[in-house]
Amino acid sequence: MPDIALTGPRGPKPKKRFSRGNIILYGTLIMVSMYYLLPLYVMVVTSLKGMPEIRLGNVFGPPLEVTFQPWVKAWSEACTGLDCTGLSKGFWNSVQILIPSVVLSIAIASVNGYALSHWKFKGSEVFFTILILGAFIPYQTMLYPIVIMLREIGLMGDLWGLVLVHTVFGMPILTLLFRNYFASIPEELFKAARVDGAGFWRIYFQIMLPMALPIFVVAIILQVTGIWNDFLFGVIYTKPATYPMTVQLNNIVNSVQGVKEYNVNMAATLLTGLVPLVIYFASGKLFVRGIAAGAVKG
Amino acid sequence: MSYSVEIKQLDLSFGAVKVLQDLDLNINEGEFLVLLGSSGCGKSTLLNCIAGLLEVTDGQIFIKGQNVTWAEPSERGIGMVFQSYALYPQMTVKGNLSFGLKNAKLPKDEIEARVARAADILQIGPLLDRKPGALSGGQRQRVAIGRALVRDVDVFLFDEPLSNLDAKLRVDLRVELKRLHNQLQNTMIYVTHDQVEAMTLADRIAVMKGGAIMQLGTPDEIYNQPRNLYVADFIGSPSMNFLEGHLEVGTFKVDDMVMPMTGYDFATPQTADRPAVIGIRPEHVVTGELVKNAPLQFSVDVDLVEPMGSDTLVYAKLGAHIFRIRMDGQATVKAGETIDIGVDPSRASLFDKATEDRI
Repeated sequence: MPDIALTGPRGPKPKKRFSRGNIILYGTLIMVSMYYLLPLYVMVVTSLKGMPEIRLGNVFGPPLEVTFQPWVKAWSEACTGLDCTGLSKGFWNSVQILIPSVVLSIAIASVNGYALSHWKFKGSEVFFTILILGAFIPYQTMLYPIVIMLREIGLMGDLWGLVLVHTVFGMPILTLLFRNYFASIPEELFKAARVDGAGFWRIYFQIMLPMALPIFVVAIILQVTGIWNDFLFGVIYTKPATYPMTVQLNNIVNSVQGVKEYNVNMAATLLTGLVPLVIYFASGKLFVRGIAAGAVKG
Repeated sequence: MSYSVEIKQLDLSFGAVKVLQDLDLNINEGEFLVLLGSSGCGKSTLLNCIAGLLEVTDGQIFIKGQNVTWAEPSERGIGMVFQSYALYPQMTVKGNLSFGLKNAKLPKDEIEARVARAADILQIGPLLDRKPGALSGGQRQRVAIGRALVRDVDVFLFDEPLSNLDAKLRVDLRVELKRLHNQLQNTMIYVTHDQVEAMTLADRIAVMKGGAIMQLGTPDEIYNQPRNLYVADFIGSPSMNFLEGHLEVGTFKVDDMVMPMTGYDFATPQTADRPAVIGIRPEHVVTGELVKNAPLQFSVDVDLVEPMGSDTLVYAKLGAHIFRIRMDGQATVKAGETIDIGVDPSRASLFDKATEDRI
């Protein structure tokens, strides 16, 4: 067939690279990211400088002489009062709080959500509403009652007391998350499993759980960052020996004896923020994979 | 005669909404029964009750003579196929087929044998190691049927199994289902809103409306002797022509037209005069040479012509009414022409205008 010459617009419309829209869009994006990244940059460079260099006052300059001494000091030597063991103890405390809290809260909330979406019972909607209301009650009103309750059951100041508090407070939002996700799984799949003779737990473990990977990743991100960054519950329900990392960081940065070691403070802050940061970076990939695994439609 | 499934005085309500009311239905051994109705008529609800997926408000359900009203779905001897296939996405086809058998703690070689048999019957052998996501719609539905098949049950329940497939595949799978029923001779209960599926597959059809069965009968009875106006209107495409008039001493009068109902098989011996509706199927109207032999003859003006290849649908004006006529696909009719048509009263249906029941 002969190629007839066509005149006028043909094929995809050409796009200008430096159009006004693009300049405004990317300009705004660059400015906003600078606004957020600059403090981080200052923290990183300061933490790598020695004290004499910091006294020169060149806040934005890169370190002339890179030293990791502030990081080592923040981790194992920084003092809070008379105790000079650095952040390391707080780190391990936080790990000991974090792992059981995350595992427990997600395990319970996922079963809650599954039961509330597929095994509705008389009053299940009322139960769910009451549970969700829990998310709207300010924490402050419950601080003192919880102190009394923990004291009564003998867990005040104990790591497990804090685990219990985190598990309970994570319940409303996590249950909501899981219930909504499980409700989006077609009911026919659930019916088919029942015809196939599967019961409550078998359907949960063999049908629902493998399909719920993406929501588990979301729940883990929520809980890990939330619990790791928690300060309020940590400072109230633990004692110095069981302080989580955030509380210890506060004590190190705010101790007023001698010179303020900005480099150590910066390093300590970065160390504390490292866990959520790693979670964000690592879960990005997991998240995509989780969505892909769940993308197969029934 | 023993029934495969018996439903006795079944009630089901969601709160104040009564979905099924005092419903009785007996299904014979090896019968293919279709529950037909438009959406919201309670046909799927009824199927879910039989399956045990919905708790009934009142009444009893028997399967194979056993009262299963309180039994779990897996204990009822039923297999179910869903509209959305409902395959377990993370399991292979083989895993899907054997899931129920593993739950029933069957020995391994027995599971293997049953899966192999089902795969053989449904020709899904090469797909056994694939995940549902890698299958086409038709293959998925075949696996879903296989999942019911391996359970070696007495009763198969189908909930609109072909509705998610494209038109051509639907026809293919419909034929396969019929063949499967001929081969297995199981009792099958099939829910659909598609009257073609109902007519082609069923031994008997139960036409449902508003939670009640309007008519239960063979496809032939449903088509030729609809028991009331609803069934008459629902079955048949294009739908029946209805003319409102008056029945007087065995003669039906519309406006100034008079139709002697000679040869009409009255359902009720009582033939008191009353307002009535006559129903005439578009395909029962004759044209051309055949008009001469028809007991009733009319002249009509053609209003609109829809050629469909296999046949031609003609909208004509009969008095003040639009009348649908199905003609041969090769018929040469144009809008504006006047044609002669013939009607046989013995193939028409008469309904009481007040009660809407067949006269």
